[in-house]
This record gives sequence, C-alpha cells and structure tokens, in this order.
Amino acid sequence: MDNAAGFLIPLCLLLPVFFGLRKGIPIFSVFSQGAKEGLQNCLTILPTLIGLLTATSMLRASGAFELLSQLLQPVTDFLGIPSQVLPLALMKPFSGSGSTALLTDVFSTCGPDSFPGRVASVLAASSETTFYCIAVYFGAVNIQKTRHAVLCALLADVAAFAGSFLFVGLFFQNG
Amino acid sequence: MLNTIWAGMIFVSFFCACVTGRMDTLSGAIFQGGTQAVELVLSISGTMALWTGFLKIAEAGGITHWLSKTLQPFLGHILPDHKEDPPALEAVSMNITANLLGLGNAATPTGIAAMKAMAKHSPARASNSMVRFVVLNTASIQLIPTMLASLRASAGSAAPLEILPAVWCTSLTALLTGLAATKLLERFYG
Repeated sequence: MDNAAGFLIPLCLLLPVFFGLRKGIPIFSVFSQGAKEGLQNCLTILPTLIGLLTATSMLRASGAFELLSQLLQPVTDFLGIPSQVLPLALMKPFSGSGSTALLTDVFSTCGPDSFPGRVASVLAASSETTFYCIAVYFGAVNIQKTRHAVLCALLADVAAFAGSFLFVGLFFQNG
Repeated sequence: MLNTIWAGMIFVSFFCACVTGRMDTLSGAIFQGGTQAVELVLSISGTMALWTGFLKIAEAGGITHWLSKTLQPFLGHILPDHKEDPPALEAVSMNITANLLGLGNAATPTGIAAMKAMAKHSPARASNSMVRFVVLNTASIQLIPTMLASLRASAGSAAPLEILPAVWCTSLTALLTGLAATKLLERFYG
C-alpha cells in the first residue's frame, strides 16, 4: 500500500513532462507561467482566508463547540451516537487542523479501533473543511453571491455524519 | 450567505466567550487567525505554484484533454451548462482526479482553475454548475485517505485501512445528498 502511494505523486509529475517533451512543448517556460499563476491565486485567496480563519479561531477559543456538544448530547445519547464524536462533527466544516486535533483526541481516549474511534475516522475521511472550501473557491473568482452552496454543502456534511455512524455499525457489527 | 455566516461566527463566539468566561482566550484568538492565514498561504504557495506549473504542462501535452474526455459522460450530467466548454471540463477533470487520488495539495489549484473557467460565463454570482462543483469538493471523494490511515497507524490501530469500505459508502452518501440538494434547491435561489 505504502509503495503504491509512494509512486503516485512522482508519476503525476513524470507523465506531464514525458508527454510534453514528446509533443515538443517548451515545458520549462510553460511550467514557470503556470507556477506564476499559482502564486497569484495564493494572493487572491489570502484576504478571504484571513477573514475566515480569524472567525474560526475565535469560535474555537470561545468554547462554542463544547457548549453546542453539551446541548446536543441528550439528542445523540437518545440516538445511540457516541458523544465523543460530536465535537469533531461540529468542528469538521470549520477547521481542518482543529478536527485533526479532535480526531487524535478520540483516538487517545477511546482507541482507533473502538466504535467511536472508527466513527470518527470515517467522518474525518469522508467530508472536507466545508467553509474553507467554499471561501477559497468562491474567493478565488471574487463571487459573494454563493446562493445555495453553503446549505447544500452542510446537508452533505450532515449526511456524512449520519453515514459514518450507520456504516460503521453495518460493517463492524461487534464494534 | 457568507456575510451572514461570518457575522454569525463572530457574534456566537462573543456570546459563548461571555458564557464560558473565556474572553481573554478569545482576545488572543483574534490575533491568531490572521497570522494563521498568512502562514497557511505561505506554506502552501510553493506546492500550489508547483502543481499549477505541472498542470499547465499537462494541459499543453494533452493529458487534461484526455482525462476530460474520459470523465465526460459523468461530468455532462453534473455540469450541464459546461457540456460544450472544454477549458472548464478539463480543469474539473483534473480536480476530480486529484481528489480521488488524495492529492490535497494538487486539488486546490485545479479547483481554482475550474472555478475561473466556469466564472467566465457567470462572473458575478454562483452558477448552478459552480455550486455543484463546490459541493463535489466539500463532500471529499477520496479512494485512499492516506492522511487518515497514517493518523490511525500512529495511534496504534491494528488495521488502519479496515474502515475503507465504510469511508467510501459514507462519502458516496454525502456526495449524493449534496448533489440532490443542489438539484432541489437551485430553483429557490435565483
């Protein structure tokens, strides 16, 4: 597994170079042109990121995720959802590094092969940092009217949460 | 929408900090966000430039064209407005490939390229296709979540990849839910 993954990224570089050379393209100048555009993209998304990451770090510092988890605990207890996973589910749409921290938290308190550990793993792997994605992609084209994007993406996140719980239950019956 | 959410995040964190008595932590956090953003952009700008550079070569060499031809039947359904729009389709194909292979660093630049290509037809507001494309990205379709596997392995998991089938089913559920939602809701957001 490790070996296959190790080949993947170098091959992604090798193939374009190979086909580019074969077609007689001035690959290096084409590369620098593209790299320049990449740097400009970075600059374009920076203001959006500053705004978003400030709000996210405020939200994390304020204890909002813990409060919300506590509020929701009766509901999740009733449904049989492991409460350890709840903060992760709430954090996931906002912060990638925050949810990685919470995931390792679940691993160290419950173990990666426990039921909460597995649910947390599946949840972490099957959804992205929604707000980051939306802010970066729409920020890059300078669009503020995102219409139904946030709502649909959050619905997908809810589905990922429900799915992680259901499918782990399904695939690991005695977990 | 982003206006409301951003304002909401700021207000909610202020009230929660009042309740939890963490106003000092909150003040500290206000100064962290901006630094974090600059650090993040600085740390990704190298790989970002690298990938957009190789992407340009792939484009010139015809690889993206071939990829988009391969993914066309699937993409035609999701992005009907761009059926006859090769630049957008090629960028979207590269983005989907990068996502499937779990190349997070390569996925963002290709995604931005795709958004730029699509924005040519709808510069001021999100088109239905743009929303669907972003939802596709937030639902994270990844064949092998390498990052997660290494986290699980380092936490002492006996079988770091045993959760793969559950991850695929969950991602697919999330993706289909998201896409169905775009289809249902796009008419209500003019």
